[in-house]
Amino acid sequence: MNERVYEIGLTVNGVPRSATAPARRLLSDFLRHDLGLTGTHVGCEHGVCGCCTVLLDGDPVRSCLTFAITVEGREVTTVEGLADPDGTLSPVQQAFQDSHGLQCGFCTPGFLCTVTALLRDNPAPTEAEVLEGISGNLCRCTGYQNIIKAVLSLSRGVSRTAQENGAGNATTQRGSGDHVR
Amino acid sequence: MFGEPIVRVEDPRLLTGQGRYLDDLGRGALAAAFVRSPYAHARITGIDVDGALDVDGLVAVYTWEDLPGRVGEPLPLLIPHPALTHGRTAYPLARDVVRHVGEPVVMVVARDRYLAEDAAGRIQVTYQPLPVVVGIEKSASAEYLVHDDVPGNVGAFLVQEVGDAPAAIDAAPHVLEFRLDIERSASMPLEGRGVYARWDADDESLRVYSSTQTSTSVRMAIAAKLGLPPAKVEVIAPDVGGGFGVKIVHPWPEEVLVPWAARLLNQEVKWAEDRREHFVSSAHERGQVQFVRVGFDDEGRVLGLDVKILHDHGAYTPYGIIIPIITSTQLLGPYKLGAYRAEVTSLYTNTLIVTPYRGAGRPQGVFCMERTMDRIAAHLHLDRIDVRAANLIQPDEFPYDQGLIFQDGRPLIYDSGDYPALLRKARDLIGWDSFGSLRAVATAEGRRIGIGFACYVEGTGVGPYEGGHVEVDSSGRVHVSTGLTSQGQGHQTVFAQIAAAELGVPISDVQVTTGDTRRFGYAVGTFASRAAVMSGNAIALACRRLKEKALRIAAEALEADPRDLEIADGQVYVRGNPSASIPLRTVAVLSNPLRYAFDEEAQRATQFATGSSPDEPPIAPGEEPGLEGKDYYSPVRSTFAAGAHAAIVETDPDTAEIRILRYAVVHDCGRLINPRIVEGQIHGGVAQGIAGALYEKMEYDSDGQLLNASFMDFLMPYATEIPRIEIDHLETPSPLNPLGIKGAGEAGVIPVSAVIASAIEDAEGFEISAMPISPDDLFRLRRH
Amino acid sequence: MKPPPFDYHAPRTLGEALDALAEAGGDGKVLAGGQSLIPLLNMRLAAPGQLIDINRVAALDTLVREPGGIRVGALARHSRVERSSGHPLLRQALRHVAHPAIRNRGTVVGSLAHADPAAELPAVLAVLGGWVEVASVSGTRTIPAASFFAGPLESALLPGELAVSAFFPSLPPRSGSAFAELARRHGDYALAGVAAVVELDASGAVTSARIGCLGVAATPLVLDLTPYLMASGAFADAVAYVRERAEPDGDIHASAGYRRHLLGLLAARTLSEAHATASSPGPSAHRITGGTTDE
Repeated sequence: MNERVYEIGLTVNGVPRSATAPARRLLSDFLRHDLGLTGTHVGCEHGVCGCCTVLLDGDPVRSCLTFAITVEGREVTTVEGLADPDGTLSPVQQAFQDSHGLQCGFCTPGFLCTVTALLRDNPAPTEAEVLEGISGNLCRCTGYQNIIKAVLSLSRGVSRTAQENGAGNATTQRGSGDHVR
Repeated sequence: MFGEPIVRVEDPRLLTGQGRYLDDLGRGALAAAFVRSPYAHARITGIDVDGALDVDGLVAVYTWEDLPGRVGEPLPLLIPHPALTHGRTAYPLARDVVRHVGEPVVMVVARDRYLAEDAAGRIQVTYQPLPVVVGIEKSASAEYLVHDDVPGNVGAFLVQEVGDAPAAIDAAPHVLEFRLDIERSASMPLEGRGVYARWDADDESLRVYSSTQTSTSVRMAIAAKLGLPPAKVEVIAPDVGGGFGVKIVHPWPEEVLVPWAARLLNQEVKWAEDRREHFVSSAHERGQVQFVRVGFDDEGRVLGLDVKILHDHGAYTPYGIIIPIITSTQLLGPYKLGAYRAEVTSLYTNTLIVTPYRGAGRPQGVFCMERTMDRIAAHLHLDRIDVRAANLIQPDEFPYDQGLIFQDGRPLIYDSGDYPALLRKARDLIGWDSFGSLRAVATAEGRRIGIGFACYVEGTGVGPYEGGHVEVDSSGRVHVSTGLTSQGQGHQTVFAQIAAAELGVPISDVQVTTGDTRRFGYAVGTFASRAAVMSGNAIALACRRLKEKALRIAAEALEADPRDLEIADGQVYVRGNPSASIPLRTVAVLSNPLRYAFDEEAQRATQFATGSSPDEPPIAPGEEPGLEGKDYYSPVRSTFAAGAHAAIVETDPDTAEIRILRYAVVHDCGRLINPRIVEGQIHGGVAQGIAGALYEKMEYDSDGQLLNASFMDFLMPYATEIPRIEIDHLETPSPLNPLGIKGAGEAGVIPVSAVIASAIEDAEGFEISAMPISPDDLFRLRRH
Repeated sequence: MKPPPFDYHAPRTLGEALDALAEAGGDGKVLAGGQSLIPLLNMRLAAPGQLIDINRVAALDTLVREPGGIRVGALARHSRVERSSGHPLLRQALRHVAHPAIRNRGTVVGSLAHADPAAELPAVLAVLGGWVEVASVSGTRTIPAASFFAGPLESALLPGELAVSAFFPSLPPRSGSAFAELARRHGDYALAGVAAVVELDASGAVTSARIGCLGVAATPLVLDLTPYLMASGAFADAVAYVRERAEPDGDIHASAGYRRHLLGLLAARTLSEAHATASSPGPSAHRITGGTTDE
């Protein structure tokens, strides 16, 4: 039983890359194991956790729910492609460090890709929009507190004072439901 | 440096995809997959592997029959206890009988994981199903047995007692009796478990990477199982994508099998657990039923508390009965009771094993105690916080001996604390006293809100020891290592803060390594909120040794008295005379009489060289070359952190949805090394607490099938489900350790179910006795 | 959790796709967005021998406004339709479909073909009285929503057939729509949900009131509530009728009784909202003009 393999080429972080793989190779595994870009993580392989989120032609998608061969020839951006070539962290990466928006770091690449696209499409998201925007990514360490803080720190629509008051603001109520309905 | 909220040194690596987690390693390694039991209880009647043999890329298939000697023996029972009279552990691959869905039966090794799964799918195992025991009550009924040789399904029976609680209750003016239930949840780190092994045939040595909370103990286990000298086994915990308890268990079957296969095949083998496997083959926690009887006086003071705890420990007991021991001791919280008795029956069921998950039995104990406080208040028509206040241990009563034996086998003596202050702060932070007017407004709008409160005490930093090693090299870099492992707690940052503060060097010069047996061989592991207390103090002590040596050498070079020297910014200088100084890196060179001029620093050091006496050895007796320090910290007993949480919830009168409007935490973990990191730990803990209170639950059916073994159906909260968390601190230093610190890792999760139950009860006006609670549960309770 | 092997086909035209499907017969499965199919493959709950990946069939990547509604091609992703369909009810419903990253990949037609009774779009198509255009090597046919959803995860598509587009009729003037659902977590499949459409005459009297319910029956449940809404004060009767007609199953997330209860609440909410929208003056936002959508 020899499985047919294909030469699959993608542009990853601006660089044309290719490898040989069967049609069933998930994009997540293709990036990680065939191309050696292990920054994209795999947390559930059924599309719920968001750890494997990458940007496909700029838009966040689940790389575990995409076959590499389906997106042949297209542009993929992974966490390895977010910082400047000289190593300077992107504003989103820097905000995550400054706000302590990561602990174990496993979910972080998915959040960074998601948030990078979110802020590109909406440079001034409200807190509700931030929540909606990151609502497809699970984090087990941070309770999301500092991830939200990091994203809001980059939002042009949120004033500095509002951010600072945020943590202790008793009257701003955000719970499980505001944004659900 | 110590105490400052600096940003983490780990982050740049993790933010740019340069972290190295288990499955990021060993790109060319063979992949393992397992055939796991689809039955909760069955006898294996046949294994036919023929179908797998024509899978291209298949390398090996192993069943229990293939496992030689100690590899095939049952896995060790890690923490024996006299009360655990019927401890049982599993074989690494099932032998004859399987006792939970997910138990490994056949191991497959193939060229990659896709092919390994193909082959595993083609292996036919036939089973003769046996009666299934699911649920605490079914187990207690002992109609069927999980293990033929364990009567009544009882693994352990444990009594904890101070005074004569039944008599005190009988004599009390008021008595209440009720039942409480807590369901199962799980640690559920986003990275599953994983093992990657490389055998070096030339060197006859093994290197193993494991996503573990204890690399040193995994090493000893593998060495013993494989019959290798420990010196020939290295175990490294790489970056670990969260642990929360589940990765402290060791050795997992895969931690034995993967290295064994790598050695046998003389090829690299890797197994990275997938999410489905994690649900059915790692571990769960929390499930308990508690029968409570309490007697109290008119002020709500508890005169006697008697709790019968039925604890579900799953199919095996590799981790002993630590969880119910903790439940039954930490149940007491910040209170002094007249008399106390807890009786634990720890039961087998045909479900996944139960081992510590963040909080480790404490959430159940706190749920019991705090629900009891609320019921007393309701019975007496007293304020719920006032009832708690009436029972508190007072600040002048420390050290306070609860009269029980704690999880570390030592007396349960609280080291320090100020519980009345915690209560006051939490009361103020949530606005307890003005809640009435808030509620009036809500009621007028047709909304239903309630307020809840709970306290906890957490034993942290349990022994027996951790060690630290510190070395300054000739470039001035400070290398710190400790044996325990990291899963995202920011150890590289906080341990560097400690070392920088102790040594007087810039933090940028400090590099910290954890969980690598090549660097530090003796360690216990990361659990029980112990890393900061144990390794933090060990590293501080190691730094003090190094500093003492550095000052001695520098004093000789500077012709000064060591007592007059200080270190700042990496320079040793004479106090009051900064021009008389010597860099620490030069001291490092001077510490070694062998001074090949490999670098400029060695050449520079010659100007300080002080010829030793020709009549003495270049290294004096008791001395060692090199500027190093190593020490261990071994505490007499645990430190006790504490806290109080409060929440306001809204319950929808129509949909029965439950929404947390505010969540407030007051937390005391002694001195804070890095407030930013402590708050992060609290945030994560509270979120897991909310998850356990409102969303997460392992749903087994009566056949022992886990019905929600996916992230679609096991409802881990997203950002949209977690409210903002407000935090205030209290710092009561521990008198037990040099740094005055207590652990903070687990605290956040502990009282959350109790707080939320308290608040829902307050909103709804009827008793909440079981958690978690879903809108459907609330809907049903309303109709009763 | 790796998908099983399959033979892979990557047609570039509809003809090639239909040929491949015909050849595969019952062993063939169509891959569009893959957001429902690939999880099933990864869990090895599905193992088609032939996978026909239509992502390169550019002719299916369409979103066309026609006089009577919007035609959504088989490759139009949720996020694009959400942004550009101009159809208020579709937009209202699509906001509830999973999460943004899923919506960037998943397709509207794929969701319909998956026929999950708890999904949003089948209920929307059903309440609007829309249809699905289906093609195979032997020709094309149009399947109305009422017969397209055959059972849980079961559509009326036959082996060899490809759903090439779905047509969502637009709402008439003086109408309003609303969508609401309740899920355990944001983005989860709903415990219950309702898509409502209310139409009024020039005097403001209700001429039609329909709801499409999800999560409470084996297929989307469409109920005509016009008589109840025409009679003032019969709102409670409408809710009672909805609850009576629902046939929810209980599962680990909610009991049947609770789902039934929620459905009544959601019906009341959405009907009120749709009625209010229909009654509000101003430009009819619900008109869909012809031509290809501009994004």
